[in-house]
This record gives sequence, structure tokens and C-alpha cells, in this order.
Amino acid sequence: MKFIDEFRDPAAVRALVEKIRRDAGDPPMRLMEVCGTHTASIARSGLRSLLSGAVSLVSGPGCPVCVTPDGYVDAAIALGHKPGITLTSFGDMLRVPGKRSTLEKERAKGIDVRVVYSPLDAVALAAAEPDREIVFLGVGFETTAPAIGGAIRTASDRKLKNFSVLPSVRTIPEAMAILARDPEIRIEGFLCPGHVSVVIGTQPYEELASKHHIPCVVCGFEPLDILLAVSMLLRQKKEGAARVENAYPRGVAPEGNRKAREVIAEVFAPCDTGWRGIGVIPGSGLRISDRYAAFDAERKHGVPVIFAMEDTPCRCGDVLKGKILPPECPLFGKACVPEEPVGPCMVSTEGTCAAYYKYGGGLR
Amino acid sequence: MCLAIPAKVLSIEGDNAMIELGGTQREASLMLLEGVSVGDWVIVHAGFAIEKLSEEDAAQTFALLKEIMESGSDEVH
Ligand code: SF4
Ligand code: SF4
Repeated sequence: MKFIDEFRDPAAVRALVEKIRRDAGDPPMRLMEVCGTHTASIARSGLRSLLSGAVSLVSGPGCPVCVTPDGYVDAAIALGHKPGITLTSFGDMLRVPGKRSTLEKERAKGIDVRVVYSPLDAVALAAAEPDREIVFLGVGFETTAPAIGGAIRTASDRKLKNFSVLPSVRTIPEAMAILARDPEIRIEGFLCPGHVSVVIGTQPYEELASKHHIPCVVCGFEPLDILLAVSMLLRQKKEGAARVENAYPRGVAPEGNRKAREVIAEVFAPCDTGWRGIGVIPGSGLRISDRYAAFDAERKHGVPVIFAMEDTPCRCGDVLKGKILPPECPLFGKACVPEEPVGPCMVSTEGTCAAYYKYGGGLR
Repeated sequence: MCLAIPAKVLSIEGDNAMIELGGTQREASLMLLEGVSVGDWVIVHAGFAIEKLSEEDAAQTFALLKEIMESGSDEVH
């Protein structure tokens, strides 16, 4: 298929891997991918082992579900138990553990949770079932934020009184800056998330490059995209440079998607927020703006999302920060498996632990 | 959950498009994207088209690849 197959061409992949191995220095450059889709794609195509010894690929906090705190799941469950409420959610939230339970387990006990593919489906449901209060679990990064915002705007335009969103939206560059400053992680380059960048463009990474002197390359999702970005990062290291480059120009314009950013600016306002396993990162969250307060489930239904650093044997925090590999977690593959995940990284196929479990990690 | 995939626009009605995504047809909102026409390729995420893909830009990636492949290495073979 156009835009996909060309970027999977095995002969080109082989040639590029060889080129990277020739150009790599010693010790291997430490690169972090901060997107779950990259994590899954790297695992699926075996790139980590193909590149082992040449570059070391470390996974960051790649997935909005993974970094959603258990307090959010608890608030969603509390909401679901109120009479007349229907929760709507992307599918992979259902098995994410809260403090005591999951949405899936509570659904078996009778709360109404429906999986939707788009937040607009939740708006359509609200229009179709005016007697029920429809709450969308608005979890996401910058890629999803405009879709959630677009749904809120649509509900507002249609004057729906029975639709609201429980927001859990996080923005990536602030988290990358925290990770960049962490001496234990020692990141030498970022594979910047392609679809987040579709929305925000390349400018938000400039500070990482200039202030933290970390090369940043915006990266697509096919094997050749990732290898291209890796080789551009190696080239920057060799030059002693730290710039922002774009290896995914077919998807990412330097200025991002203006319309999507306008929707975000209209519907949301920046706030401090907690990341599962990482802690509170100032300015890294989006709350619903006062203009759309009527669509904010937290305010409308009085179910505050309480953030506390979780006390659990799950080492997701260290996995999300690239400090350990999943097999180094004592629960990995034993108490924690995809069918019965203890931590969110094991929940969906893009979770770092799930990707390792399914494909094996190869060598670092 | 951040799965966004290239899809082809089959038809457009107002702010809505019918798209082909991995062999199946689906609706996608065009609320977040300007200037989309039938036949275009778009990246779709959570029911919204968020960017247009152009062959020109894809060609640019291959040009980058070529440049990288042809750049010198430290080692001699
Ligand atoms: S559960 Fe999966 S899709 Fe969700 S955030 Fe984690 S890795 Fe991403
Ligand atoms: S293996 Fe399970 S418990 Fe351990 S870090 Fe991964 S998700 Fe958490």
C-alpha cells in the first residue's frame, strides 16, 4: 500500500541497519522513544536486536493509558456507579488497574461501560439516549486532545445537556524535559513521537535541543522511518550537534496542525498533572477550560481525580523512565501477564511490558 | 491507543468523510483538517483526520534516506 509498503522494504531495511552499524560509535548511543506505537513497531520488527551493540533503544512514557494514574481509574469507577451514568471509553482503558479494581471488573458487576472508537461516537450516543448521562473517558496525548476537544465542541454546538468528559490529557514535551534532566537515564537523543508531532509540529522540541543539548528527530512508524531517524540522530552526535530534524515530513509539517491546535486552545487550558510512575509534572496536563465547564465530568458530577504516587510492586515507573527493562521487574511474566496485567504497561500491545512479553526484547 | 493510520478518502459530505482503512470503510470527521479532497490520503486518529499525506513529502523521506545511505562512513571496507 502507498505510504506503508515502501517503508517496510526488507532490502532497504537491511542496508540501513548495516549503515547504522558501520557509523555507530562505542559505547552505543542511548536513544529514547516516547511513543507506544514506536515501542510496538520496534518490538514487532526486531529493530532492538538488529541494532544491539550499535545503539541502545530505551522506551519512555509512550502511552497515555500507561501514564494515567490509578486515581483516574478510581474516579471513573466511582462515576460509573452513579445512577443513570454510561461511561464510554477507548478499549484499552478497561483493563487498566485502579487502586482496587478495573472498569472491566466493575462492568461485570453492572456498571454501564461501552467501548467507542471515536469520542464522536460518545456524542452520538448522548444524542440517541437523552435519558442517560454519557461520560467519555478522555484519555490521551496531543494526538487525541483535538479529537476530544472536537467532540466537546460538537456536543456544545448541538446543545447536548447529557454529555461530559472526564479528562486525562497530557502533553509530551514537558515530560521529555523532565526525563532529559534525569542523570540516571542519560538520554543522548529522542525519537520524537510522530503523531503527537502531527499536531504540535517541531517547534516544541527546540528547547530540548538547545537547552538540554539533546538531538531530536521526529519519527514515523514504519521500520525505515525509525531507522532513518536513528541514523539522523547518529549523524548529529558525530557532528556534536543538537538540532530538531524531521524524518517524517509526509505526516508532520513544521508548524503542526493549526486547526487541531486551535481546538485544543479553545477547549482546554494547561494545568499541572500527575503521571503514573513519574509524579507531578508542572504544566504537562490539559484541563477543560472554564468556557466548557458544563462538559467537565469532574466538575459536573463532583468526582475529583486524586493523584497520589501509587504504592505497588509494579515497576512501571522505572520502565516508563527507561531505568529498567520489563524483564527486570520481578512480576514480569509471572504475576503480571497480558491476560491479567498488574501494571498498565502490560495492558495493551503498545505497552512496553506487553511488547516485551509478546515479541521478546532482544538485547539492549 | 495512539494508533493513527493512513487512510484513503472515498467520499466527502460536509465535515464528514468516508474513508478506507485497512480494507474496511469508516466515517471520519474532517473538523480538524482543511482542504481535503476525494482520493487524498489522510492520517486518521480516533475518528478524526489529522493530517494529509502527500507523495511529494513521502518522496522527501526517500531523498533523506538516499542522502544518509550515500554519506561517508568512518570505516573503509
Ligand atoms: S496501554 Fe498501550 S496504548 Fe495504552 S498507553 Fe499503554 S502502551 Fe499505549
Ligand atoms: S511487568 Fe507488570 S508489574 Fe512489572 S513493570 Fe511491567 S506492567 Fe508493571
